[in-house]
Amino acid sequence: MAQEQMRPNNQGEIRYLTPLSVDTRKKKYCRFKRSGIKYIDYKDPEFLKKFLNEQGKILPRRITGTSLKFQRRVAKAVKRARHLALLPYVTDLMK
Amino acid sequence: MNKYETVFILTPVLSDDQMKETVEKFKKVLTDNGGNIENEENWGLRKLAYPIENKNTGFYTLIEFEGEPTIVDKLETAYRRDEKVIRFLTFRLDKYAAEYAVKRRAVRKAKQEAAAQEAAAAQDEAAPVAVEEAPKAEEAPAAEA
Repeated sequence: MAQEQMRPNNQGEIRYLTPLSVDTRKKKYCRFKRSGIKYIDYKDPEFLKKFLNEQGKILPRRITGTSLKFQRRVAKAVKRARHLALLPYVTDLMK
Repeated sequence: MNKYETVFILTPVLSDDQMKETVEKFKKVLTDNGGNIENEENWGLRKLAYPIENKNTGFYTLIEFEGEPTIVDKLETAYRRDEKVIRFLTFRLDKYAAEYAVKRRAVRKAKQEAAAQEAAAAQDEAAPVAVEEAPKAEEAPAAEA
Protein backbone atom coordinates (compact mmCIF):
# COMPACT_ATOMS: atom_id res chain seq x y z
CA MET A 1 0.00 0.00 0.00
CA ALA A 2 2.78 2.32 0.83
CA GLN A 3 4.42 1.76 -2.56
CA GLU A 4 1.23 2.48 -4.45
CA GLN A 5 0.89 5.74 -2.63
CA MET A 6 4.43 6.65 -3.56
CA ARG A 7 3.77 6.43 -7.34
CA PRO A 8 0.07 6.96 -7.94
CA ASN A 9 0.52 7.63 -11.67
CA ASN A 10 1.94 4.17 -12.36
CA GLN A 11 -0.90 2.32 -10.76
CA GLY A 12 -2.14 -0.59 -12.88
CA GLU A 13 0.48 -0.06 -15.55
CA ILE A 14 2.48 -3.06 -16.68
CA ARG A 15 5.81 -2.53 -18.30
CA TYR A 16 7.60 -5.07 -20.50
CA LEU A 17 11.30 -5.24 -21.19
CA THR A 18 10.79 -6.59 -24.70
CA PRO A 19 8.02 -5.42 -27.03
CA LEU A 20 4.98 -7.66 -26.94
CA SER A 21 4.55 -10.01 -29.84
CA VAL A 22 0.89 -9.83 -30.63
CA ASP A 23 -0.51 -11.69 -33.62
CA THR A 24 2.89 -12.81 -34.85
CA ARG A 25 2.11 -16.50 -34.39
CA LYS A 26 2.99 -18.49 -37.46
CA LYS A 27 0.06 -19.76 -39.44
CA LYS A 28 -0.13 -23.55 -39.37
CA TYR A 29 -0.35 -25.38 -42.64
CA CYS A 30 -0.79 -28.88 -43.93
CA ARG A 31 2.60 -30.08 -45.04
CA PHE A 32 1.12 -32.70 -47.38
CA LYS A 33 -0.95 -30.16 -49.25
CA ARG A 34 1.95 -27.75 -49.47
CA SER A 35 4.50 -30.24 -50.69
CA GLY A 36 2.10 -32.23 -52.86
CA ILE A 37 2.45 -35.58 -51.11
CA LYS A 38 -0.49 -37.78 -51.99
CA TYR A 39 0.37 -41.06 -50.35
CA ILE A 40 1.79 -41.49 -46.87
CA ASP A 41 4.04 -44.50 -46.62
CA TYR A 42 3.78 -46.69 -43.54
CA LYS A 43 7.19 -48.18 -44.37
CA ASP A 44 9.05 -45.05 -43.29
CA PRO A 45 8.81 -44.94 -39.47
CA GLU A 46 11.28 -42.04 -39.19
CA PHE A 47 8.91 -39.80 -41.15
CA LEU A 48 5.85 -40.95 -39.23
CA LYS A 49 7.57 -40.11 -35.95
CA LYS A 50 6.99 -36.44 -36.76
CA PHE A 51 3.30 -37.04 -36.06
CA LEU A 52 3.75 -38.85 -32.75
CA ASN A 53 4.43 -37.59 -29.27
CA GLU A 54 7.03 -39.05 -26.95
CA GLN A 55 4.73 -41.84 -25.84
CA GLY A 56 4.11 -42.86 -29.44
CA LYS A 57 0.59 -41.42 -29.57
CA ILE A 58 -0.68 -39.72 -32.71
CA LEU A 59 -0.61 -35.94 -32.35
CA PRO A 60 -3.87 -34.06 -32.91
CA ARG A 61 -4.43 -31.92 -35.99
CA ARG A 62 -4.56 -28.78 -33.90
CA ILE A 63 -0.87 -29.25 -33.12
CA THR A 64 0.52 -30.54 -36.41
CA GLY A 65 -1.73 -28.44 -38.65
CA THR A 66 -2.45 -31.38 -40.95
CA SER A 67 -5.68 -31.18 -42.92
CA LEU A 68 -8.44 -33.65 -42.10
CA LYS A 69 -7.94 -35.64 -45.27
CA PHE A 70 -4.27 -36.24 -44.56
CA GLN A 71 -4.73 -36.71 -40.83
CA ARG A 72 -6.83 -39.75 -41.68
CA ARG A 73 -4.08 -41.04 -43.93
CA VAL A 74 -1.39 -40.35 -41.33
CA ALA A 75 -3.44 -42.26 -38.76
CA LYS A 76 -3.83 -45.19 -41.13
CA ALA A 77 -0.11 -45.25 -41.95
CA VAL A 78 0.84 -45.08 -38.27
CA LYS A 79 -1.53 -47.93 -37.43
CA ARG A 80 -0.14 -50.09 -40.22
CA ALA A 81 3.39 -49.38 -39.06
CA ARG A 82 2.44 -50.32 -35.51
CA HIS A 83 0.93 -53.60 -36.64
CA LEU A 84 4.15 -54.53 -38.41
CA ALA A 85 6.26 -53.55 -35.38
CA LEU A 86 7.89 -50.69 -37.27
CA LEU A 87 6.51 -48.33 -34.61
CA PRO A 88 5.68 -49.14 -30.98
CA TYR A 89 2.12 -49.08 -29.66
CA VAL A 90 3.28 -47.74 -26.30
CA THR A 91 6.66 -46.40 -25.32
CA ASP A 92 8.47 -43.80 -23.30
CA LEU A 93 11.04 -41.31 -24.52
CA MET A 94 10.77 -42.11 -28.19
CA LYS A 95 12.68 -39.02 -29.31
CA MET B 1 -7.69 -57.23 -61.14
CA ASN B 2 -6.49 -55.19 -58.21
CA LYS B 3 -3.06 -54.31 -57.01
CA TYR B 4 -2.12 -55.48 -53.56
CA GLU B 5 0.81 -55.16 -51.27
CA THR B 6 1.68 -57.66 -48.58
CA VAL B 7 4.33 -57.65 -45.88
CA PHE B 8 5.04 -60.55 -43.58
CA ILE B 9 7.47 -61.15 -40.75
CA LEU B 10 9.12 -64.56 -40.34
CA THR B 11 10.63 -65.83 -37.12
CA PRO B 12 14.34 -65.07 -36.69
CA VAL B 13 15.14 -68.69 -35.76
CA LEU B 14 15.13 -69.74 -39.43
CA SER B 15 18.30 -70.18 -41.43
CA ASP B 16 18.75 -68.14 -44.60
CA ASP B 17 17.81 -71.09 -46.80
CA GLN B 18 14.69 -71.88 -44.79
CA MET B 19 13.65 -68.24 -45.00
CA LYS B 20 14.08 -68.09 -48.78
CA GLU B 21 12.20 -71.38 -49.11
CA THR B 22 9.27 -69.97 -47.12
CA VAL B 23 9.21 -66.80 -49.22
CA GLU B 24 9.17 -68.95 -52.36
CA LYS B 25 6.30 -70.96 -50.92
CA PHE B 26 4.14 -67.85 -50.53
CA LYS B 27 5.13 -66.60 -53.94
CA LYS B 28 3.97 -69.93 -55.32
CA VAL B 29 0.62 -69.51 -53.52
CA LEU B 30 0.25 -66.19 -55.35
CA THR B 31 1.24 -67.44 -58.79
CA ASP B 32 -0.86 -70.62 -58.44
CA ASN B 33 -3.95 -68.53 -57.78
CA GLY B 34 -3.54 -66.35 -60.84
CA GLY B 35 -1.53 -63.63 -59.16
CA ASN B 36 1.14 -61.65 -60.93
CA ILE B 37 4.10 -60.69 -58.74
CA GLU B 38 5.29 -57.18 -59.60
CA ASN B 39 7.90 -56.56 -56.99
CA GLU B 40 9.57 -58.36 -54.16
CA GLU B 41 11.75 -56.81 -51.48
CA ASN B 42 13.67 -58.53 -48.77
CA TRP B 43 14.36 -56.17 -45.87
CA GLY B 44 16.43 -58.76 -44.05
CA LEU B 45 16.57 -59.24 -40.31
CA ARG B 46 15.11 -56.18 -38.58
CA LYS B 47 14.57 -55.24 -35.00
CA LEU B 48 10.92 -55.20 -33.94
CA ALA B 49 9.56 -52.13 -32.15
CA TYR B 50 8.02 -54.42 -29.54
CA PRO B 51 8.37 -58.16 -28.86
CA ILE B 52 6.05 -60.51 -30.77
CA GLU B 53 5.87 -64.10 -29.49
CA ASN B 54 8.86 -63.29 -27.26
CA LYS B 55 10.99 -62.44 -30.29
CA ASN B 56 12.75 -59.14 -30.80
CA THR B 57 13.79 -59.51 -34.45
CA GLY B 58 12.24 -60.83 -37.62
CA PHE B 59 12.77 -61.29 -41.36
CA TYR B 60 10.63 -58.80 -43.27
CA THR B 61 9.50 -59.49 -46.82
CA LEU B 62 7.40 -57.23 -49.00
CA ILE B 63 5.61 -58.48 -52.12
CA GLU B 64 3.57 -56.33 -54.49
CA PHE B 65 1.22 -58.33 -56.67
CA GLU B 66 -1.78 -58.08 -58.92
CA GLY B 67 -4.74 -60.42 -58.80
CA GLU B 68 -8.41 -61.07 -58.15
CA PRO B 69 -9.75 -60.22 -54.67
CA THR B 70 -10.14 -63.91 -53.78
CA ILE B 71 -6.39 -64.34 -53.85
CA VAL B 72 -6.01 -62.33 -50.61
CA ASP B 73 -8.06 -64.84 -48.63
CA LYS B 74 -6.01 -67.73 -49.97
CA LEU B 75 -2.76 -65.97 -49.14
CA GLU B 76 -3.84 -65.06 -45.62
CA THR B 77 -5.01 -68.61 -44.94
CA ALA B 78 -1.56 -69.79 -45.98
CA TYR B 79 -0.02 -67.25 -43.59
CA ARG B 80 -2.18 -68.42 -40.71
CA ARG B 81 -1.37 -72.07 -41.35
CA ASP B 82 2.36 -71.41 -41.31
CA GLU B 83 3.68 -70.92 -37.81
CA LYS B 84 6.91 -69.42 -39.18
CA VAL B 85 4.93 -66.25 -39.94
CA ILE B 86 4.62 -64.10 -36.85
CA ARG B 87 2.90 -61.08 -38.40
CA PHE B 88 1.42 -60.15 -41.79
CA LEU B 89 -0.38 -57.28 -43.47
CA THR B 90 -2.12 -57.26 -46.85
CA PHE B 91 -4.01 -54.38 -48.38
CA ARG B 92 -5.18 -53.05 -51.71
CA LEU B 93 -3.19 -50.20 -53.24
CA ASP B 94 -5.29 -47.20 -54.24
CA LYS B 95 -4.23 -45.07 -57.18
CA TYR B 96 -1.98 -42.82 -55.10
CA ALA B 97 -0.36 -45.77 -53.39
CA ALA B 98 0.21 -47.48 -56.75
CA GLU B 99 1.85 -44.32 -58.08
CA TYR B 100 4.03 -44.14 -55.01
CA ALA B 101 4.97 -47.81 -55.29
CA VAL B 102 6.13 -47.37 -58.88
CA LYS B 103 8.21 -44.35 -57.90
CA ARG B 104 9.66 -46.12 -54.89
CA ARG B 105 10.63 -49.09 -57.02
CA ALA B 106 12.41 -46.82 -59.51
CA VAL B 107 14.29 -45.05 -56.70
CA ARG B 108 15.37 -48.32 -55.15
CA LYS B 109 16.49 -49.70 -58.49
CA ALA B 110 18.52 -46.56 -59.21
CA LYS B 111 20.12 -46.79 -55.78
CA GLN B 112 21.01 -50.43 -56.29
CA GLU B 113 22.48 -49.69 -59.69
CA ALA B 114 24.52 -46.83 -58.27
CA ALA B 115 25.80 -49.08 -55.53
CA ALA B 116 26.65 -51.78 -58.06
CA GLN B 117 28.47 -49.24 -60.24
CA GLU B 118 30.44 -48.02 -57.27
CA ALA B 119 31.36 -51.54 -56.36
CA ALA B 120 32.42 -52.17 -59.96
CA ALA B 121 34.44 -48.95 -59.98
CA ALA B 122 36.13 -49.96 -56.75
CA GLN B 123 36.99 -53.30 -58.30
CA ASP B 124 38.37 -51.61 -61.41
CA GLU B 125 40.56 -49.45 -59.23
CA ALA B 126 41.71 -52.40 -57.22
CA ALA B 127 42.43 -54.51 -60.29
CA PRO B 128 45.22 -52.40 -61.91
CA VAL B 129 47.01 -52.15 -58.57
CA ALA B 130 46.97 -55.89 -58.28
CA VAL B 131 48.28 -56.21 -61.83
CA GLU B 132 51.11 -53.78 -61.10
CA GLU B 133 52.06 -55.59 -57.97
CA ALA B 134 52.09 -58.97 -59.58
CA PRO B 135 55.15 -58.47 -61.85
CA LYS B 136 57.09 -56.92 -58.96
CA ALA B 137 56.41 -59.95 -56.86
CA GLU B 138 57.70 -62.08 -59.67
CA GLU B 139 60.84 -59.97 -59.98
CA ALA B 140 61.68 -60.19 -56.32
CA PRO B 141 62.19 -63.94 -56.11
CA ALA B 142 64.15 -63.77 -59.35
CA ALA B 143 66.50 -61.17 -57.83
CA GLU B 144 66.92 -63.29 -54.76
CA ALA B 145 67.74 -66.31 -56.83
